[in-house]
Amino acid sequence: MSEQAHEAVGDYRYGFHDPEQATIRFDKGLSEQVVRDISELKNEPEWMTEIRVKAYHHFIERPMPKWGNCNMLDSINFENVTYFLRSSNKTEKDWDDVPEDIKNTFERLGIPEAEQKWLGGVTAQYESEAVYHSIREDLEQQGVLFFDMDTGLKEHPEIVKKYFCSVVPYTDNKFAALNTAVWSGGSFIYVPKNVHVEMPVQAYFRINAKNMGQFERTLIIADEGSSIHYVEGCTAPTYSTDSLHSAVVELIAMDNAKIRYSTVQNWSANVYNLVTKRGIAHANSVIEWVDGNIGSKLTMKYPSVILKGEGAHAEVISVAYAGEGQHQDAGAKVHHLAPRTTSNILSKSISKNGGRSSYRGMLQVTPKAEGCRSKIVCDALMLDDSSRSDTYPTMEVGNSTADLEHEASVSKISGDQLFYLMSRGFSEEEAMGMIVNGFFEPFTRELPMEYAVELNKLLELEMEGSIG
Amino acid sequence: MEVLKINDLHVSVDETPIIKGISITINKGEIHAIMGRNGAGKSTLANVVMGHPAYEITSGDIVFLGKPLDDYEVYERARSGMFLSFQYPPSIPGVQVGNFLKKSVASVRDQQLKAREFRKELNAAMEQLEMDKSFLSRYVNDGFSGGEKKRLETLQMLLLKPQLALLDETDSGLDIDALRVVSKGINEIAKDSGCLVITHYQRLLDLVKPDYVHAMIDGKIVMTGGPELALKLEENGYDWLEA
Ligand SMILES: Nc1ncnc2c1ncn2[C@@H]1O[C@H](COP(=O)(O)OP(=O)(O)OP(=O)(O)O)[C@@H](O)[C@H]1O
Ligand SMILES: [Mg+2]
Repeated sequence: MSEQAHEAVGDYRYGFHDPEQATIRFDKGLSEQVVRDISELKNEPEWMTEIRVKAYHHFIERPMPKWGNCNMLDSINFENVTYFLRSSNKTEKDWDDVPEDIKNTFERLGIPEAEQKWLGGVTAQYESEAVYHSIREDLEQQGVLFFDMDTGLKEHPEIVKKYFCSVVPYTDNKFAALNTAVWSGGSFIYVPKNVHVEMPVQAYFRINAKNMGQFERTLIIADEGSSIHYVEGCTAPTYSTDSLHSAVVELIAMDNAKIRYSTVQNWSANVYNLVTKRGIAHANSVIEWVDGNIGSKLTMKYPSVILKGEGAHAEVISVAYAGEGQHQDAGAKVHHLAPRTTSNILSKSISKNGGRSSYRGMLQVTPKAEGCRSKIVCDALMLDDSSRSDTYPTMEVGNSTADLEHEASVSKISGDQLFYLMSRGFSEEEAMGMIVNGFFEPFTRELPMEYAVELNKLLELEMEGSIG
Repeated sequence: MEVLKINDLHVSVDETPIIKGISITINKGEIHAIMGRNGAGKSTLANVVMGHPAYEITSGDIVFLGKPLDDYEVYERARSGMFLSFQYPPSIPGVQVGNFLKKSVASVRDQQLKAREFRKELNAAMEQLEMDKSFLSRYVNDGFSGGEKKRLETLQMLLLKPQLALLDETDSGLDIDALRVVSKGINEIAKDSGCLVITHYQRLLDLVKPDYVHAMIDGKIVMTGGPELALKLEENGYDWLEA
């Protein structure tokens, strides 16, 4: 164990979960020892340590993906990443270090100062912990288990053991392996049979810094006939000096259950956001991914659903905004394994100032999937000629009764639309903002109100200075 | 009061002349009708007055409320009281009519509207135009029928209360009942503004009585008269004007 880790274990007795006191930080770089140290530090059961170690070796052996954006991927320096870091006074940054443009955006979005500091990574914890607790109490009364993942593992190891890596095995891809080796934070939720969680559960990191890991791991299990809507992320820019974010999310919807998982992410422009999200949908269940990616340098994220039970339904609605120097490689994957399964995929992207957005999709229909139906719609909006948009759809269809539709369009803002809006009193920038917000509306309307409002404002800001 | 004064205007698109010397003066309270064949340049004239960037004014000028318009952006014209009802209003997917109207009225009037007052105005105008409330949650012109688009244009005009209303074939596509309510709206606005009505049909001019009728051929106004000119055009077409 490294010296820092020893020190940390010393601190642990005094309340590892109180960030005010914890000061744990590993050196940069990764080794089997670091992985073991992380696990030991968290007092994890043996089986978890073993999974981590196996995943670590797989990560080392596994080559980089040969798709997405190879140049950008190859420029990731894994030696320069800190793999385990807990909030503490010492890790807090100086407000002066937060880039001006991000501070300006906070101002313009009207985000309260305390929250600005939190988003800028200056303070480790945001004040509304109380809100978090009251949500938790409500949920507890319904028998819903809702913890950060580390606590979930401690309190309910049997459930975690059963489902962890059951949807996304560490062998799935290089970054899933990395996450499995070094994960920290994320959420653990179990919804009992026939329980409907009415309010969206917003365990997002504005509420609790614990969730803002680089390597979050989230596991949500909705038991038979239950439903839950989980919301994570934040529309305001999230400044991070850690450049590699690689989360894994696993969803399990049992028979007749419904899970909706909504994300809005706006990482700062230095961040690689490489996330594996997948759900398994049992008979007549529904899994919905609502996924918005605005920030980051490179995002590679393809929320996927395995339609395993008859009559299961998948819905993936995603938007991506790629500005200068950004590449959003996003999409969806749906696997129809059972009869009469259905899926809808809607992907919308905007590219501007040389930004690049790609839709990468995979639709699989196995021979067993009799009478299944899928509709894929990809719309790209290009705001100038220097930007780029591509689609890479893949279909593997093994059953001829499948009813499949695929539409793709690439468009530009039309001069007629601009003239029309300007003749109604809107400046050119305002008009662009309206058109862009309108383009994302099928996504935005699915979000909880406060996210929708903030996302619209943010896109309007993005349109400023884009004319001329 | 002179609302609009167009002096010997020449306009080109991609070096091709379309408007070839037009002069019109519209005073407050006057309704002017322009009639002419397809392609004569009627929409071009309305678009140029509104400031469409595709058109180049090669000579002549346009004065709006005493100010030459040269350097005014489209939205500045709108904010100072100019309104164009489009012949072909484009759709703006994802933008809800209700929201759009509220923002538009706020930016043209240059003030935040009290939600309740705006509602009241909006309800009254929609009632007048016999429009269903469900329009408010639809997307602007998206999937609208021809007549519905024209009603929405008229609704905007009623809310924006312009000093100059340029109405480009606002009657086309309207059914008989719609023509009646839309005309009523135009007359209401026309009382306190200058109005330029582009149309092909007398049936509108029966309801919206023009003070002047201009016949336009190939980018020029070849004859100006009173309401009787419209009747004559309807009867005889445009050929006799070219003789
Ligand atoms: N943006 C443009 N680019 C190219 N040609 C144009 C453009 N706008 C107008 N024109 C041409 O100028 C001429 C006049 O068009 P305009 O739309 O003004 O006719 P109009 O009188 O309104 O006809 P209609 O009765 O059919 O509406 C037409 O020949 C048209 O093709
Ligand atoms: Mg026309």
